[in-house]
Amino acid sequence: MLITTPNLTRPDESYARLIATHEGLDEAGSHALNARLILILMNHIGDDAVLAEAMRLARETGTEAA
Amino acid sequence: MKDLVPERYALAFRLYPYARSPDQDATAPVRHKAIVVGGGPIGLATALDLGRRGVPVVLLDDHEGAGLGSRALCFAKRTLEICDRLGAAAPMLDKGVQWNLGKVFHDDRLLYEFNLLPEGGHAMPAFINLQQPWFEKFLHDAITAAQAEGAPIELRGRNRVDAVIPAADHVTLEVMTPDGPYRIEADWLIACDGARSPLRNMLGLGFDGRVFEDNFLIADVKMKADFPTERWFWFEPHFKSGDSALLHKQPDDIWRIDFQLGWNIDRAKELEPARIRARVDAMLGPDVDYELDWCSIYTFQCRRMAQFRHGRVLFAGDAAHQVSPFGARGANSGVQDADNLGWKLALVVQGIAPDSLLDSYDAERVHGADENILNSTRATDFITPKTPVSKMFRNAVLTLAETLPFARTIVNSGRLSVPCTYDRSALNGPDHPEMPARTRPGSPCPDAPVGQGWLLSHLGQGFILLTIGLDAPESVMAHGLTVPRLALEATPELAARYLGGAKGAVYLIRPDQHVAARWDHYDADAVAAATARAIGKE
Ligand SMILES: Cc1cc2nc3c(=O)[nH]c(=O)nc-3n(C[C@H](O)[C@H](O)[C@H](O)COP(=O)(O)OP(=O)(O)OC[C@H]3O[C@@H](n4cnc5c(N)ncnc54)[C@H](O)[C@@H]3O)c2cc1C
Repeated sequence: MLITTPNLTRPDESYARLIATHEGLDEAGSHALNARLILILMNHIGDDAVLAEAMRLARETGTEAA
Repeated sequence: MKDLVPERYALAFRLYPYARSPDQDATAPVRHKAIVVGGGPIGLATALDLGRRGVPVVLLDDHEGAGLGSRALCFAKRTLEICDRLGAAAPMLDKGVQWNLGKVFHDDRLLYEFNLLPEGGHAMPAFINLQQPWFEKFLHDAITAAQAEGAPIELRGRNRVDAVIPAADHVTLEVMTPDGPYRIEADWLIACDGARSPLRNMLGLGFDGRVFEDNFLIADVKMKADFPTERWFWFEPHFKSGDSALLHKQPDDIWRIDFQLGWNIDRAKELEPARIRARVDAMLGPDVDYELDWCSIYTFQCRRMAQFRHGRVLFAGDAAHQVSPFGARGANSGVQDADNLGWKLALVVQGIAPDSLLDSYDAERVHGADENILNSTRATDFITPKTPVSKMFRNAVLTLAETLPFARTIVNSGRLSVPCTYDRSALNGPDHPEMPARTRPGSPCPDAPVGQGWLLSHLGQGFILLTIGLDAPESVMAHGLTVPRLALEATPELAARYLGGAKGAVYLIRPDQHVAARWDHYDADAVAAATARAIGKE
């Protein structure tokens, strides 16, 4: 089951770290970093059904906003 | 005089020279039980299997032997097991190159090495590399040996099928020979006439799928180099000879080199020997001496027919389905078609099974083809990413793979061919929950040492009732079949592969060495019912 309720222990710190991680990278470098990060997190989650749910959610929310 | 059946390609081995058949002088078309069209690996395997099962079979090919040229190279364990059942594996193993190790590179970095680590206790290795013409020659040698023992197989070279006229209970063929045309008829026609299948076109049947917009240059080079017997694969190689590259050893000091060239290329120019040599030099370095043995440029597609059975016509091999070569699934899956079809057609011809049994050939092998198409499509998408974002993820995987083992599981330079399990086949009978998943109904039997020999060499004539550590009658009669028992006691391999949590087991095994049903005790009625189901009588 994908967790969609608040689950971050330190939301502000984690978010700031995400932005800081990209510091000094050009656009291509940032995209590549994001790709690596997604893959690392995917492996951490592991469960294919949870990943499928997360991908669906990301796609659908993104499409609504656009 | 005009050549009525011109050669479309040069031969590596002339195996079945044209000889005039009495059928050509008959006043009315002669009817045969089974006709196979196409003498590639799949047609040869099909004719051999049918003949060994006693079904009279005529094979027609518009050439007289195995084509020269560089195609299939990797032959998988299951193919070798099937060839062993057909009496053809020993010379393949002698001549073929065995390998287990692979290396994957990105640019100039070694990302990781892998070992196929074959499980112990199997007669056959995980893979051998052998040039396709040799594979075909060894199948042909086995046909010659089977003929000498009375197998009713007839091969007709330079017999080109020009028209096919299907009817409800037979098929008529118009065949062109160097002496002119003749007609013959078949109760059953097996079309093994390759990816361009003229028979498929004559019957107006579709062949839909995906074309990959990429060209691959295959260069087989002869050299006395001391590269190890390993599969080396480069993504975006530093030597810039292609977007990806592959180096793999074949017999006779020949190496297969494969360069991905992209879509918009000038074919003729890329095939100029000087240009090919420049690519190979960049890859091997300046000091390596070699000769170009064979070169060609291929494009690849993944597609299949909607159905492999059309009444009295059955399609097998590349005629029925085509995959990209990543994963070596073309010939390997076609040999499984032959394996699946042979016993079914034999039982139908012998009047033991209803002809609806052949619908299960369609269902089971369509399932196999879909599995192969899925795997080779995914490999192709990884090797040749289609969009900028997919290329970005691909390269992110490669970057991570250098240090993080998890990413290596995503790297896909071809998932090498493994046999298909016919899950949910209508022929499958009862399963037992405590027994291992790998031997569930529909699975090909994994091999195991038995006495001085091997389990698989006891399976494959007809149906077999395998009992492990259990009592049962010496044979069971059911629905016109006599099913002999193979009585074994548990060994560590048999226990791990066939018993799992059960104390003993009864397996009903099909003539293609796939499991039909299994129980933890012997029950005569259950075995009879499962046998009926496995031959389409239910
Ligand atoms: C570069 C490359 C690498 C490959 N590597 C591998 C690999 O490593 N492992 C693997 O398993 N597969 C591999 N394959 C795939 C493999 O070569 C094919 O899957 C295999 O040849 C299919 O065999 P077939 O018998 O179905 O058809 P084919 O080998 O194409 O044989 C068809 C036969 O039918 C005959 N024929 C055609 N029309 C007529 C007619 N009208 N009348 C009479 N006869 C006719 C032809 O002359 C031919 O002999 C590779 C393919 C390529 C191109």
